[in-house]
Amino acid sequence: MDPVLVGRWQFGITTVYHFWMVPLTLGLGLLVAILQTVYNRTGNDVWLRATKFWGKLYLINFIMGVATGIVQEFQFGMAWSEYSRYVGDVFGAPLAMEALIAFFLESVFLGLWIFGWGRLNRKLHLGVLWAAVIGSWISAFFIIAANSWMQHPVGVEVIDGRPKLVDIWAVLGNNTAIAAYFHTLSGAVAVGAAFMLGIAWYHLWRRRKDGIDTVDDLGRVVVGEAPEIPGRDRTDHTVWLRSLRIGAWAAIFAFAAVALTGDIQAKLMYVQQPMKMASAEAACHTGNQFSVLTVGDLSSNNCKDVHPVIEIPGLLSFLAKGNFTEDVPGVQPLVPQYQEKYGQTYPDDEAAGIHAGQQINYQPLMIVTYWGFRLMIGFGVLSAAAAAYALWATRKGTVPRSAFLSKLALWGITAPFIANSAGWVFTEMGRQPFVVAPNPDASGIDGVYLYTAAASSPSVSAGEMLFSLITLTLLYGVLMVFELLLLIRFVRGGVASAMPELDHQNYKPTVSSDHDDVLSFAY
Amino acid sequence: MSDALPTIWFILIAVLWLGYLFLEGFDLGVGTLLKGFAKNEQERRLLINTIGPVWDGNEVWLLTAGGATFAAFPLWYASLFSALYLPLTLALVALILRAIAIEYRGKGHTDRWRAGWTWCMSAGSAVAAFCVGAMLALTTTGMPLNERGDNVGGPFAWVNAYAIIGGLGVLGFCILHGLLFLTLKTDGDVRHRAARIAGSWGPLLLLPLVAWAVIIVVRSGHWWGWALLLIAAGAAAYSWIAIRGGREKAAFLAESGFLVAGVAAIFSSVYPVVMPSTLDPQFSLTVGGASSSAYTLTVMLIVAIVFVPLVILYQSWSYRVFAQRLSVEHIPAAHAIPKAVRSAAHS
Repeated sequence: MDPVLVGRWQFGITTVYHFWMVPLTLGLGLLVAILQTVYNRTGNDVWLRATKFWGKLYLINFIMGVATGIVQEFQFGMAWSEYSRYVGDVFGAPLAMEALIAFFLESVFLGLWIFGWGRLNRKLHLGVLWAAVIGSWISAFFIIAANSWMQHPVGVEVIDGRPKLVDIWAVLGNNTAIAAYFHTLSGAVAVGAAFMLGIAWYHLWRRRKDGIDTVDDLGRVVVGEAPEIPGRDRTDHTVWLRSLRIGAWAAIFAFAAVALTGDIQAKLMYVQQPMKMASAEAACHTGNQFSVLTVGDLSSNNCKDVHPVIEIPGLLSFLAKGNFTEDVPGVQPLVPQYQEKYGQTYPDDEAAGIHAGQQINYQPLMIVTYWGFRLMIGFGVLSAAAAAYALWATRKGTVPRSAFLSKLALWGITAPFIANSAGWVFTEMGRQPFVVAPNPDASGIDGVYLYTAAASSPSVSAGEMLFSLITLTLLYGVLMVFELLLLIRFVRGGVASAMPELDHQNYKPTVSSDHDDVLSFAY
Repeated sequence: MSDALPTIWFILIAVLWLGYLFLEGFDLGVGTLLKGFAKNEQERRLLINTIGPVWDGNEVWLLTAGGATFAAFPLWYASLFSALYLPLTLALVALILRAIAIEYRGKGHTDRWRAGWTWCMSAGSAVAAFCVGAMLALTTTGMPLNERGDNVGGPFAWVNAYAIIGGLGVLGFCILHGLLFLTLKTDGDVRHRAARIAGSWGPLLLLPLVAWAVIIVVRSGHWWGWALLLIAAGAAAYSWIAIRGGREKAAFLAESGFLVAGVAAIFSSVYPVVMPSTLDPQFSLTVGGASSSAYTLTVMLIVAIVFVPLVILYQSWSYRVFAQRLSVEHIPAAHAIPKAVRSAAHS
């Protein structure tokens, strides 16, 4: 058993899982902060309810991101000690900054927000939420700057075979990082937006199914209420309709930003990691045509087995270079270039473990890069199109009475999640066999690269890695069930699940009059 | 200046661990006490809510200590974390379960749900405290590191008496710290019971931590180690007398003084070694040998000088906002999702 392979599976599984929670935290957090801002400005109950409901779902998800985030920081040292030694002078700094500048802000102020309802004055209470959300957004910047350094190492000099930091601003201002940051955050907003849209759609549909809302002859909504169901009053309809439309607009804007930033990122990537992009296209030969469909056995990673079926001439050049004619290098001509520059075999060194001296395969797994790239774009387009449809479908104030569409809206929540995961899997797998990718472009620094095979912990056996892989995967799986269970329960309960005071029949004031109200909320 | 940078960072790392043990210490202690100490559901909820608004910010001290070790001493970070692969895996599982339990426990409404998360929180807190203690102890007593800094003792090289003493040391400290924290944060029966237990079991709870410090100081033999140890012992004794005399604040402060002096005794005695090799002293990781470049240390020092005080400032403010004592009467009725909504939504 190869410890490197087990370690990679572990890193992949824990990171993809962590990055299901994170974009929702980033995206939904922003939306909740906006909702509460509108509430503070208008004092309208609709916005208070929206803030409380979406805020509750935000917190259920937030904690999972926090809990699984600790693993992320620890496993560099635990499973990838050679990596940590190699990059330590550069990579640790953004991680430490992330904790010190961002995580504290996020955690301390979120605690103040959760327990601060009714204790902090309204302005201050809104302020602490913004501080927490800004904290999350700053944390995203630092971790992406760290990751981007692995994609495009800058700001260092090689001394004694290891990169030494000479310019922190180059690392933080890395063009790869700036592009990836805005790309990732747009993707995160898309996640939060689809989440809001899907759930709001479900509630509007539920109200119609329960006969609370009806439509008149012109298809316009006639809002009703059901006093026996907690929270199902007229205001409730507005909460969901507004949420849906905010979600839809946010999804459309997010998609526009994702496309724009993705294009910038791709153009950088064609220069910085040509092999990754060639492999994303399953482009064996140099050319200018974009593959719409390529069949054959991509998993064989052998160009002989790959057959492009539908191609659009010129489009690849446009994506890579901004014109329609310039050729983009394919995998086959690139391999000898890499071999010439970085060698045919892994260094015959203890640090390379069982791979020492073996032949290097410079070609990423084509099936993963090709389909990862297409899933990312496909699901992104899909959710933007769905959002546009949702805006049109709700122009008369409610959703169609179709159970199918309601199910689709809920399942549609997964689309931007899949797009996000696919994008990350693509960009991380596309960097292989390197963990720190060398850069052929002018801004690249000679000698700064590290093979994944030489990055794992020499002292950790494959058995230990397998133990932690299985343990964490099982734990994460079980926790996913609990998170979904709670989310579904709170979603079904509607706004009243986050505001028990809306349940007039069962609600009792919680604090007796002879005690100070020191806890407006309690776990 | 640049020669002093690794030493400054060694002190800063010690301060970060100190901050972690001081703040998260009572979170882990209170969490552990959920089993055994809390008598009923009301008391369990009271305990959770004493740390509810602040625990997450406290935990960031761990992430900062880890991140700062990576940034300032990458070779230390790499050797320590990879050598302790299994106990750290265990610590991660414990920390994850503890965190999720705090948020999810109150969101379900069956006894089974609550009892399950109570276990997760109590055991998670205790195991996390133990593992962190074992890790800190082993970085002071050493592991079988080869010339590359890699553990060659196998997956269980960490299982030794020092790890157990250090693990119990931090666990015992956390429990006492949690008890004293409860005397300050709660009122009524819980407050008095916490004071009574701290008054009778305090010395025993601190004993393993003292043993660890004594081992380190005896090994190094520096006079300042003994001096700090003496101060720590004095503070611990004073804390014990104070809690028996009903002076809760003094007891908490003195016990925190014990922590500061104890950690200072340990870290200053091992200096300049950050992680000894038990195979050959030549392979030991030192402050100078394991550190980052002067440039990186300078950059991080500037960041630390600006942001550590800022963090302390707003984190202190959050404690002031939630300064009131809580008692079981303050805990609102369980925040149930109204049944009618659910059944209506199901229909």
